Amino acid sequence: METAEKTLDEILTLAASHFKVPRERLSPDDDFFKALGIDSLQTLDLLTKLENHFQVELPDYELQGVSDFRTLAGKIQARL
Amino acid sequence: MKQFQGQALSWKSEAGVIELALHREPCNELGSLSLGEFETFASALCDLEREAHALIIYSEMKSGFCAGADLRELYERSQAMEKTAAQRGVREFLQRIHHVLNRIDSSPLTTIAAVHGVTFGGGFELALVCDLIIADKMARFCFPELRLGLIPGFGGIPRLKRDLGNAIVRDLLFTGRSFNATKAQQIGLVSQLVGEGEALRAARATAAQISKFDGHTVAAAKKFIKPIPQDELKREIDLFCELFTSAAVEAGLKKFVESTDAQPYLP
Repeated sequence: METAEKTLDEILTLAASHFKVPRERLSPDDDFFKALGIDSLQTLDLLTKLENHFQVELPDYELQGVSDFRTLAGKIQARL
Repeated sequence: MKQFQGQALSWKSEAGVIELALHREPCNELGSLSLGEFETFASALCDLEREAHALIIYSEMKSGFCAGADLRELYERSQAMEKTAAQRGVREFLQRIHHVLNRIDSSPLTTIAAVHGVTFGGGFELALVCDLIIADKMARFCFPELRLGLIPGFGGIPRLKRDLGNAIVRDLLFTGRSFNATKAQQIGLVSQLVGEGEALRAARATAAQISKFDGHTVAAAKKFIKPIPQDELKREIDLFCELFTSAAVEAGLKKFVESTDAQPYLP
């Protein structure tokens, strides 16, 4: 079982790597749309990356209104 | 016509394999331009089939296979007409696209959708006419139509029901959620799951394998195991047209077209 902090760290690393943003520029409470500069279609890419990495299913509607990495990590942690 | 280069799609036929590429920005939205070129393809298919054993449909757009119907065009056209005319226009569009998709669905060739990224709505329905779906692991599938007050209109429900059953149709339709290629393979929708950017290569390898079989036998087997759900497809058009004039649809389309939301695809 991963800890919440480890989950959050892995999300930040994965997002930085996929969208080619320096990892040190991302913080847990950042708005990931702004921090990663992604549009709606790229958000789907992020969702797929996270599902594949953590081997979970994240229904889109559970992520509606979620825009920061920390809350996102909480949603994933709840399904691990 | 062994090859064609259009604005929305192109195709070529080489060594017994027809490759149909979608390349309309931003993500191959299906509107009147695409439909016209798909009709050109459907007309050419009879000749192409004589020298081919497989058809591969894929996208050259980075964002995905196809994001579905061109909702902006649908909204703008329907706004420019009174309700009855708009409903007539939609029915005509649906009948034309059903004609094309039914033609591909019933082709004697083995048909393969090589998908990646967004495979939503009409794009998902296009993949569903194919015999095999080969997906890269970044592909996502979704029927978001209910958020517009509609049902899928390009044959999606009857075909998904034919291939997988009613439960999965209800899950996708009533939640509007998208699911990834791993899930799609688990439920039997995707026949091969491959790495990022590998779907077309895997589709070509599969087409090469198919070439080893007798074409008449493949065609006979396909006719036997993959009937076109004609009655349900007709009922789908009727229901879509009935729903199309509702206030919910006008509001849903308006919201989508005017949305600046970062996640406008979400129900």
